[in-house]
Amino acid sequence: MSSTAIELKNISKYFGSVVANKNVSLSVKRGEVLAILGENGSGKTTLMNMISGIYFPDEGEIFIDGEKATIHSPKDAFGYKIGMIHQHFKLIDVFSAAQNIVLGIEDKKRFNMKEYISRIEEIDKQYGFEIDPKKKIYEMSVSEKQTVEIIKVLFRGADILILDEPTAVLTPQETKKLFRILKKMRDDGKAIIIITHKLHEVLEISNRVSVLRKGEYVGTVETANTTETELTELMVGKKVELNIERKEPENTARRLEVKNLTCMDREGNKVLDSVSFTACSGEILGIAGIAGSGQRELLEAISGLQQISVGEIIYDNPKTGETESLVGKTPLQIREMGVRLSFVPEDRLGMGLVGNMDIVDNMMLRSYRRGKGAFLERKGPRELADKIIKNLRVVTPGLSTPVRRLSGGNVQKVLVGREIAASPTVLMAAYPVRGLDINSSYTIYDLLNEQKKKGVAVIFVGEDLDVLLELCDRILVIGGGKITGIVDARDTTKEEIGLLMTKSGDDKKEENEDE
Amino acid sequence: MIATIAAIFQRAVAQGIPLLFGSTGEILTEKSGNLNLGIPGIMYVGAISGVAGSFLYELSLNGNEPNPFLIIGIPLLCCILGSMFMGLIYCFLTVTLRANQNVTGLALTTFGIGIGNFFGGSLINIVKSDVPSISLNETTKFFKTTLPLGENINSFEKMFLSYGFLAYLAVIIALIASFVLNRTRVGLNLRAVGENPATADAAGINVSRYKYISTCIGSAVAGLGGLYYVMDYANGVWSNDAFGDRGWLAIALVIFSVWKPAVAILGSILFGALYVIPYYIPGISISLIKIFEMLPYAVTILVLILTSVRRKRETQPPQHLGLSYFREER
Amino acid sequence: MNNIKSILNLSNYHIAKRDVIPWWQSYLIRVIAILVALVVCGVITIALTDLNPIEVYVTMFEGAFMTPRRVWFVLQNTAMLLCVALAVTPAFKMKFWNIGAEGQVLMGGFATAFCVIVFGEKLPTSVLIPVMVLTSIIAGAIWGLIPAIFKSIWNSNETLFTLMMNYIATQIVAYYSLEWSVPKGSGTPRILEKGMLPSLMGNDYLINILVVLAITIFMYIYLKYSKQGYEISVVGESENTARYIGVNVKKVINRTMILSGAICGIAGFLLVAGTDHSIKSDTAGGRGFTAIMVSWLAKFNPIIMILTSFLIVFLDRGASQISERFRLNDSFSDIITGIIIFFIIGCEFFINYTIKRVKTEGGENK
Repeated sequence: MSSTAIELKNISKYFGSVVANKNVSLSVKRGEVLAILGENGSGKTTLMNMISGIYFPDEGEIFIDGEKATIHSPKDAFGYKIGMIHQHFKLIDVFSAAQNIVLGIEDKKRFNMKEYISRIEEIDKQYGFEIDPKKKIYEMSVSEKQTVEIIKVLFRGADILILDEPTAVLTPQETKKLFRILKKMRDDGKAIIIITHKLHEVLEISNRVSVLRKGEYVGTVETANTTETELTELMVGKKVELNIERKEPENTARRLEVKNLTCMDREGNKVLDSVSFTACSGEILGIAGIAGSGQRELLEAISGLQQISVGEIIYDNPKTGETESLVGKTPLQIREMGVRLSFVPEDRLGMGLVGNMDIVDNMMLRSYRRGKGAFLERKGPRELADKIIKNLRVVTPGLSTPVRRLSGGNVQKVLVGREIAASPTVLMAAYPVRGLDINSSYTIYDLLNEQKKKGVAVIFVGEDLDVLLELCDRILVIGGGKITGIVDARDTTKEEIGLLMTKSGDDKKEENEDE
Repeated sequence: MIATIAAIFQRAVAQGIPLLFGSTGEILTEKSGNLNLGIPGIMYVGAISGVAGSFLYELSLNGNEPNPFLIIGIPLLCCILGSMFMGLIYCFLTVTLRANQNVTGLALTTFGIGIGNFFGGSLINIVKSDVPSISLNETTKFFKTTLPLGENINSFEKMFLSYGFLAYLAVIIALIASFVLNRTRVGLNLRAVGENPATADAAGINVSRYKYISTCIGSAVAGLGGLYYVMDYANGVWSNDAFGDRGWLAIALVIFSVWKPAVAILGSILFGALYVIPYYIPGISISLIKIFEMLPYAVTILVLILTSVRRKRETQPPQHLGLSYFREER
Repeated sequence: MNNIKSILNLSNYHIAKRDVIPWWQSYLIRVIAILVALVVCGVITIALTDLNPIEVYVTMFEGAFMTPRRVWFVLQNTAMLLCVALAVTPAFKMKFWNIGAEGQVLMGGFATAFCVIVFGEKLPTSVLIPVMVLTSIIAGAIWGLIPAIFKSIWNSNETLFTLMMNYIATQIVAYYSLEWSVPKGSGTPRILEKGMLPSLMGNDYLINILVVLAITIFMYIYLKYSKQGYEISVVGESENTARYIGVNVKKVINRTMILSGAICGIAGFLLVAGTDHSIKSDTAGGRGFTAIMVSWLAKFNPIIMILTSFLIVFLDRGASQISERFRLNDSFSDIITGIIIFFIIGCEFFINYTIKRVKTEGGENK
């Protein structure tokens, strides 16, 4: 019963010069749940993708049932009875659950949907799923879609299951149900790997926990002998000194106030839930949180790109001294009101810049309406482009090179440079240093600090806690669309933020209910 | 009265059959995500390939009795090969070379209609024959052969049993297509390719192979529509541009029947009826007939609007229609 | 042996997006494609006629340029094709697949003919022509706007919608051209006399050519230097970015389709008042479709479009000459055009992608 199902030995994977995984070794036994814990970007998903055949490891070996295995494709992985449930579901909307489940199965027998459906119903019964095989995917909730994904791998006979952050999209009740099912499968002798950030879930579901940090394997502990604090320490590691310059904020004044902001996604789920905070001039407000906790929606709501269900966004105009509401305004209306709001979005080439346009034309994105008449004025943007290339040391063959051909760091310099050139009063930046090398990252930190000195209210969404702790003045922690805490960056610790991040608003409520 | 209705029905069917072939072929193609606007050209090529085949065969007869298998088999085979070749060009450009589907399709239509009219107009010159025009009297006899019903047939027999074999083949192919799409593994995989090729790819389906095969089969089916038109409807007489806009009507029929071949069977008869009915209205002017000919397109636009307003997922075009797919490399 | 096997094994190759290609290389690839296509066309021509290869091209050249009449004919046809290509360009740049130019041109021509027939006797020419121009522009614009509205509100598939609109226009024109024909219903198109464009310096088509030249310059400037042209590029590249910078995407779609349709309307006006002096259901003559290829081949650059439309018209005339001389059907030119276009759109692949051979060790071939 407790034989080792899968074992990884010294697995490494590199993407160019980036190390995604280094010397990772771990194993899972049949009849156990292994949790893989780590921050964003710690390499969990890459590691699992190597087991499920999406990537191939550069170094190291994989053993299945003690024998060396080569997994080149998802098909190979199926052959080893490995099934992965991705974070982004791979389902076809207009198909029914059953059609999605049987898709791509190679079967010698005649195609008989009725028979397939009865087999699906058997699996349903065995594990207590409640899925109508004939229901169409587009009519399903997220949790139902996830169930379909799980049945899909079970239907293919998987006995090693990998779930990539399965609870990120679920409500607490749905999570409980999922865990009940996972336990049943575990007791059935299946080996289960679950990727998650949520500590209490790790403690609840897993038998052992393996921790990754920045691509490297930190260690494995028995769940029964560990605590949340120990896990947090393993996950975030010791504080690393980055020596980012930080001045005391001067002349802070309320610049932007968000009150009870609630937004829905297309399916009607709350992506932001009663968010309230104030951003002040002359300080950097950090936003920490697990990816997808509502950071993007928050920034987009402030800049007029996201429909707001309830709530207030109030802007204090330093020029006129008046306060103005930004709710229900389009980005253009916000600009026309004289609100100088700059926004460096997460998706640089898909939103902030146009990849196929050159630097000059990208400079104009924000300012092309300027000037009377029907024609564009390219002189100003060209000067700006020259200035940015010189001051931020952008490496480019020339002004007419499409920006998508620049390296990641240079693309970001162009984008941040443009947003800052608009002399904003509020500057929002989403993951501005993601994927950048050290030097470019420091250039960005310096730029943000410079803005802070000028009295701009800077909002910085980040993922590296060390950076957040050293760069920001206050840190707002968001979890599951709710604010789980706002702390002073000068006297908080990584562990405190780590704990706040893994707590979602719902957990609090639940804890209260349990008490 | 019944006799008139039967006559209208019969003529509507005769008008509708080429459209049914065309739309069944295009549905099969579009289900794989390929929006093949080359269908009008492909139908021309199908027709002329068949014509060329049987023209040469009839010439080689020199007045001898034709072999019934050859006289039907040669044009059928030529037609299928010719139109499949067109499908192959389309696939090579859009699937392998990832060219834009609209531009490729339109070029294919120009090319195909060109081929049809060119060989239709020059075939006699090229083979240095001395016949005055392409008139396949022998072949058409075989294509028009109906069930032996005798002289006095009643209205029912006239409505349903009085067609050449290609008409029944059109309905059978549409029914088979409907069955394959909805009831088989291949159909499920094909629809997955057109809806979401990335998901299909992840499920282990060979996206390119499905696109190639469905487009080539679809082209062959559409080509048969051209063949039916010449051999049966036009009594084996080829005249340039006579086929007209039927290829585009077939594409309209795809939308009208919301990508369901079984619906297309009824739709083709309806389109045919819209075309035929004006001729039975007493005292109608020729110009007014032109307005009637507009109706199929108008109805199609209406269907297009209604389906997009209602947003019912089952009646939408395949989600990845018109887009090239290739696996993102990291 | 194994080595050869691995060279032939397709899975050892993978296709990657090309990063940087010097502009001259991309043009070189296109020129090679055209040359290869011309050779293929030559071979086909030789097979069908008994010309030797050089004679084939000489004959084509003669067909296009032998007499001043032919030169004017080529120029006029180039101008008309170019005009429609310019019209579809802004829509295509926005990634709105307007394949309804045929119908938009027809409606423009129809409006022109309508004005002549209804107001021809009542209005002086100096008033009549502006009225004709204006109604043609409006008619074309409306024909372009209808699918745009449905696209922007309900996301109706614009490719199929614009395609269907072509045939509505065709049938409307077919109806009226029969109604107007003399005698009524005979199908002999009525020759329009009032309000026709005069010949300029003895050349019937010069006005057409000058108007199209003006539109070319306008379109070049509009797309490259105007704020609206810039918005079109942004919407075409990324709707997300457009929203981010506060562009009203729906407004841009509608506005651009009005422009696209309006220029088609002008093309219709020029065809009826400038060259044909009558209206028939085939007045647009397939230019609406050919124009899409012209615009695409020129990568939406109006100046290069002069060349691509010229290339298509030249092939058309040249091939017609061959077919005339050898008593072949004049659809020969469509075949030649088709082949050339296949080669040019196919060669884009080699500009955008490279094929790399992958090492078999390590198995990194997925």
